[in-house]
Amino acid sequence: MVRLIDVYKQYDNGTKALRGITARIDDGEFVFLVGPSGSGKSTIIKLLTSELRPTEGKVLVNGFNVGIIRRGDIPKLRRTLGVIFQDFRLIEKRSVYENVAFAMRVVGAPPRDIRVRVPFVLELVGLAHKARRRPFELSGGEQQRVAIARALINNPKLIIADEPTGNLDPARSLEIMTILNKINSLGTTVVTVTHESELVNRFAKRVIAIDGGRVISDRTGGYFAR
Amino acid sequence: MKRYEVMYFFREGIRGVFLHGFTSFAAVSVIAACLLIMGSFSLIAVNIDRIIEELRNQNKILVVVNESLSRAEAQSIGTRINRTIDNIEELEFIPKETALENYREQLGEQGNILEGIEDERNPLRDRYLIQLHDVSLMRETIERLEGIAGVEFAAASFEVSEFILSTRSIVKAVSYTLIIMLLGVSVFIISNTVKLATFDRREEIGIMRVVGATYAFIRWPFVIEGFLLGLTGAALGFFLQWSVYSSLTRMVNGLIPSFNMSPFDDLMIIVLLLFTGFGFVVGVLGSVLTIRKFLRV
Ligand SMILES: Nc1ncnc2c1ncn2[C@@H]1O[C@H](COP(=O)(O)OP(=O)(O)OP(=O)(O)O)[C@@H](O)[C@H]1O
Ligand SMILES: [Mg+2]
Repeated sequence: MVRLIDVYKQYDNGTKALRGITARIDDGEFVFLVGPSGSGKSTIIKLLTSELRPTEGKVLVNGFNVGIIRRGDIPKLRRTLGVIFQDFRLIEKRSVYENVAFAMRVVGAPPRDIRVRVPFVLELVGLAHKARRRPFELSGGEQQRVAIARALINNPKLIIADEPTGNLDPARSLEIMTILNKINSLGTTVVTVTHESELVNRFAKRVIAIDGGRVISDRTGGYFAR
Repeated sequence: MKRYEVMYFFREGIRGVFLHGFTSFAAVSVIAACLLIMGSFSLIAVNIDRIIEELRNQNKILVVVNESLSRAEAQSIGTRINRTIDNIEELEFIPKETALENYREQLGEQGNILEGIEDERNPLRDRYLIQLHDVSLMRETIERLEGIAGVEFAAASFEVSEFILSTRSIVKAVSYTLIIMLLGVSVFIISNTVKLATFDRREEIGIMRVVGATYAFIRWPFVIEGFLLGLTGAALGFFLQWSVYSSLTRMVNGLIPSFNMSPFDDLMIIVLLLFTGFGFVVGVLGSVLTIRKFLRV
């Protein structure tokens, strides 16, 4: 569960990125976070992953209070999340299988579990047959599916995606969103930033619209719902 | 820490060494080169110190007793010298017969020029051979020795003793300065090499952090990688040092047969320990300190 309570964020250079955001996302929800460039969407995502701390207000994510979290607890919070980026962030020197397994290894999962779980998740994103390939041998859409598999691998409660379709053509974007929707229907909460109104309208989910660091609309339905 | 985790750290550490082959090669070479340079200077310093010690031991003061004194009186002067002068490490009485015998031996083949000079016509006098504590006080000590009644004269080669003293202090100063400089340079170069290796992997580190790896977990493979690089560099440096020192020994022995360099066998253990220690510290510390920067945020 995510709760943002009157959250302000001012960057070190004085930029006021968030000016009083309040929102609540319950377990099992699918939420689109939309808004113009520079409105503060990525800043919210970074607060949720504990990459940033709020200047004021409270950010609660899966039972952790990001504002006062201890350094040593940050990895614990992150293990409850799966994060997906616009630029995929795969390790070029590792195979698809290794990129996904890596996320399990570094949290100390036993090899036996890894051997069972990785093929399962690759199957889920439709890439089981490309497990031995390297990222550069895949299309953008396929690379993003690897990143989704990696985000899913540790069975997170919450998937957070910052413009996951930003680098993809409309057909690939639809594919990625469909996978995220499928993951959501299996019980995982999904929060995704997007610019693509067509996608938002198509899926008819909850849409939180941000502008100038404030929530300007929070409704279920299309992109321009007000 | 579980067994499969330790295995993971080692696998990743070894993978890192080979994956970043060029950087690893550079780090190992730099460590080996620094060790070789520092080691060579230290070993040369050790040998020069040894020659100096030997020369110093040979550089003694000769105290010749007055001709008119009886053997008993001559021997009593030894007690007087010991009582009045405290800069004495060793005092040896040499009766004139022994002195003549030594002289003959020194002359060797030409010893026959002393033919006919027997004990009763011995031109030499009873004497003392004195080894000083502090060679730098030689001049004063000689003056004081000559002040003792019954001493005919005291003498030593000032040139030799002064040469010895100044050489020793120059060698010491130069080798310490060089070693300290090289130590600084090698730590700098190595930490930069490790920095390059870490920089190469900042994305990987970023991904590890995003998926919730703990700081310790992220650090371990790098520590092992640094450890492996340090030890490999130390081993390479050790074998290079061995062969360089051995050929140096052969060369020196060819040029100056009378001077024996310390054999490498005698120095092997200490060189090995120092090299390994240096490699370990530099490798592990270099990676730990560098990785810390990437783990912030
Ligand atoms: N690290 C930073 N330091 C200073 N200012 C920043 C930093 N990151 C973002 N900002 C500023 O904060 C504001 C919000 O940025 P943010 O990245 O959250 O926007 P966004 O909604 O994600 O935009 P986009 O759709 O272009 O990705 C912008 O004015 C931006 O310039
Ligand atoms: Mg953004």
